[in-house]
Amino acid sequence: MIARHVSLLFDGFAYGMLLFVLSVGLSVTLGMMNFVNLAHGAFAMIGGYVTVTLMKQAGWPFFATLPIAFLGAAVAAVVLERVLYRRLYRATDLDQSLLTIGIVFMSIAIAAYIFGTTQQPVELPSYLRGRLVVGDFSFGVYRLFLVASALVITALLVVGLDYTRFGAQVRACVDNQRMARGLGLNVDMVFAVTFALGSGLAGLGGAMAIEVVGLDPNFGLKYLVFMLIVVAVGGLASIRGAFFTAAMLGIIDIFSKYYVPQVGSFIIYLVMVGLLVWRPAGLFARAR
Amino acid sequence: MRKLLIGLASVSAAALLGLAPAQAQGTVKIGLIMSYTGQFADLGTMMDTAVKLYVKEHGDTVAGKKIEFVRKDSGAAGSAPDVAKRLAQELIVRDKVDIIAGFSLTPDALATADVLNQAKKAAVIMNAATSIITTRSPFFARTSVPLAAPMGSLGTWAAKNGIKNSYTMVSDYGPGIDSEQAFQAAFKAANGNIVGSVRFPVVSPDFSAFVQRLKDAKSESVFIFVPGGEQPAALGKALAEHGLTPKSMKILASGELTNDEPLRSMGDAAEGIITGWTYTWAHKSALNEKFVKGINEMLKGRNPDQFAVSAYDGMHLIYEALKKTKGNAEGPALIAAMKGMAWESPRGPVSIDPETRDIVQTIYIRRVEKVNGKLQNVEFDKLEKVKDPVKEKMKAEGKLNPDGTVKQ
Amino acid sequence: MSEPAPRSVDPQGLLRQQVRWRLLETVFWLAVLIPFFATPTYLVLCSQIAIAALFALSLDLIVGYSGLVSLGHAVFFGFGAYTAGLLSAKLGWNEPITGLLAAGFASMLLGLLTSIIVVRISHFALIMVTLGLCLLMFELANQAHDLTGGDDGLQGISISPVLGYFNFDLYGYTAFGYSLAVLFICFLIIRRVINSPFGLSLRGIRENPRRMPAIGSPMRGRLRTVYVMSATFAGIAGGLLAQTTEFVALDALSFQRSAEVLVMLVLGGAGRLYGGLVGAIIFMVARDQLAGLNPQYWYFWLGLLLVLVIIFLPNGILGGIAHLVSRVRAKK
Repeated sequence: MIARHVSLLFDGFAYGMLLFVLSVGLSVTLGMMNFVNLAHGAFAMIGGYVTVTLMKQAGWPFFATLPIAFLGAAVAAVVLERVLYRRLYRATDLDQSLLTIGIVFMSIAIAAYIFGTTQQPVELPSYLRGRLVVGDFSFGVYRLFLVASALVITALLVVGLDYTRFGAQVRACVDNQRMARGLGLNVDMVFAVTFALGSGLAGLGGAMAIEVVGLDPNFGLKYLVFMLIVVAVGGLASIRGAFFTAAMLGIIDIFSKYYVPQVGSFIIYLVMVGLLVWRPAGLFARAR
Repeated sequence: MRKLLIGLASVSAAALLGLAPAQAQGTVKIGLIMSYTGQFADLGTMMDTAVKLYVKEHGDTVAGKKIEFVRKDSGAAGSAPDVAKRLAQELIVRDKVDIIAGFSLTPDALATADVLNQAKKAAVIMNAATSIITTRSPFFARTSVPLAAPMGSLGTWAAKNGIKNSYTMVSDYGPGIDSEQAFQAAFKAANGNIVGSVRFPVVSPDFSAFVQRLKDAKSESVFIFVPGGEQPAALGKALAEHGLTPKSMKILASGELTNDEPLRSMGDAAEGIITGWTYTWAHKSALNEKFVKGINEMLKGRNPDQFAVSAYDGMHLIYEALKKTKGNAEGPALIAAMKGMAWESPRGPVSIDPETRDIVQTIYIRRVEKVNGKLQNVEFDKLEKVKDPVKEKMKAEGKLNPDGTVKQ
Repeated sequence: MSEPAPRSVDPQGLLRQQVRWRLLETVFWLAVLIPFFATPTYLVLCSQIAIAALFALSLDLIVGYSGLVSLGHAVFFGFGAYTAGLLSAKLGWNEPITGLLAAGFASMLLGLLTSIIVVRISHFALIMVTLGLCLLMFELANQAHDLTGGDDGLQGISISPVLGYFNFDLYGYTAFGYSLAVLFICFLIIRRVINSPFGLSLRGIRENPRRMPAIGSPMRGRLRTVYVMSATFAGIAGGLLAQTTEFVALDALSFQRSAEVLVMLVLGGAGRLYGGLVGAIIFMVARDQLAGLNPQYWYFWLGLLLVLVIIFLPNGILGGIAHLVSRVRAKK
């Protein structure tokens, strides 16, 4: 009985952490820069394909591909930011959505053209497969890896954005662009770097997600809804919010699917609607 | 004014319909409605490649007629039957096709049934797999599989081979429910005992909750149906992570779970999974070797799956029927020619049931084994000439017309 | 078409001016009849464009005119579609016009129910709540397999001839004529509403949600009213799709359907009455043509179209054109 609940709790938490690594970058771009970036999933897909290609074609080990997945998505993001996104920083949410949905559509076709429509499996090293048995309890090794990675990412982001000079600059640019410019900050630069960071995180998340949710050209669209839910419920621009929300949603989702599978798919949406009506700005909204 | 215009238009429509221009002599046009994009884009890739392979091998002229294709994508936005139906209408009124083929998904085919009835055009279903489709129009013939056939066969086989109880896990949508019911009915009929069942949402990124339920049920075996795409691998991995491998529990499933991609990502944990299915590229026959080689060449080394072989057979059915009618591509004549047709497919002997226009084929029981260091499906038992059990039951209950449509 | 409001201090005069039919509008509505004669093999597509246009128009009421952005408008479209479909399939109520009214009525009730929540929130939360409600309805329809047919779609719809005379034909003459007539009637109603004092107060709320209550305009009440209206028209659009295709599938309630209609509206230009219509025409025609030319990779070209429109014609096609026109005029 206890073993079962520990197992459910762990699985739920690990699933939440998967949602977290996929969404946290969106929390950065959408929350901090106020840019409705529906192409977040497309950047995650870039990371996924970078990892798959390096492993398959070049025989790289899984771990070595992860930084490249981050970089690949970040570089693509900077290019797009310079060429397209920056023109729309002051546009309406609707225009931003349309632009980024257009980019998602293009990403689907490009991925299908280059990599084909098939699922791209990753063959993980054997030490990331299987499970770890501790007494009565057993944990999937890859899930442990997800949890550990998510914790590290959270720590780095919280420290980086709250306690460093760069973090202060980002917050200054977001809160009052004009004033920041007046103080001599290079706002364009800060925005570009922030955007690269958010998208790089997406790429990393995409690479790590393949093992659990697979990878095909529709990746950019398929998990968009889950990403938006995490960011909305967590509260924009809140790393902690995204972390706790993802964990909570993961756990609620797994428990409800276990105990009431008939309505299992409803629960996550019900919880979202309920929480947002209760606290429209999200659970961990920053006071503005 | 408006009414007048519409009235005028309807009259001219009637005139147009009556005077539908005669087919250009010497060509037969086939409209392909498939999901080339979207969630099921890979089905489209496989099916379209197989169609091209067939034409490459057999030429583009049959019974003195040149075969032409018009390709339409029904994959936008997942599955949009209103689009599929419109595409079928447009294929008929604008592109003047003689035959429609493809249909990746059940709703697409069902929505098109009325169009076929109105236009009297033959349609060959190359994938959509729920039983009822062929009962909705006398112009449908199917070369893929009614899911109930392999799943029922698997249930019968399991109960007869010493498996006493089973737990079923299926995707919560049409084909999943069809599979669950067919397996359970056949398993129980052969004195098996169903100890529990669960249906999971079609979009389910994480299966651990359902796997935990299965684990708690302490069943001797489990039956699984998941659609293709990313889910088979995800479910397979969730099973392995919870220590449920074929070593500890008999895993029975439909063929999607053990296609190449999921096998590769599941790794050795998949060894021993038993599936009841129509086709594996590892099937041993000269015809199949040639087929596999052809697909390999066209898809950069990828192996064909059931989607490819169904489309290949679909083309064969169309070609052979045209030969039989001497190039007459009118719906009633073509369907009449298709009824009862039997041939050797890469998957083994198949035929079209003259009563239901559905395919009759061998269902293979396969086990995942390592052959030359690579996992593949090895056939070790089979049930021959399997018909769709759902329609057999309808027939026995007197619910079917002689042409295989359902009585209203 | 509808130009940026001139700086007038006479609101009554402004409204009178906008109610008047412009020549361009008459030309537009005559032009949409051309397919009957020029391209009779495209009528099925045309009828689906008319339906999409009505759906986009209904969304414009809340997105363009009231500033309530919804990413779940398909909930009403789908609800209407299932209502019309179920009436025929389960109850044998095959008369199209009353079926359509019933679809609109059902969606209106659903709109009334959800409006309680919706008007309390705004911005990103609103987008997500509308999306959540739509996803909930989707799952509900999937679960109610026995009633809705679930993933297989709703079977057995058979619609009687329109007005007892026009049969639904293979070419889609009736489907297009019927859809177009319904679209036109709904358009007239919406046009009237937009150009009423009520419509003006909605735009006030969109522009400044804090000031309107201060000058005595009950914001939530107005928003609820327009939300329910929008739901009603979306339901009618859904009912039309169910009747003209005689089939309803879960797709009618999907996230894609919601997202697509928003794309059409923004593409055409939100808050411009004709924006939804133009957006629907361009989006659907582009999609059909691109998918026909290149079934496997047409998403690329559609995406490119969206990106180019946003870069070169911000505020949608009509917004961009209006901007260009006013520029040219200013130069003169």
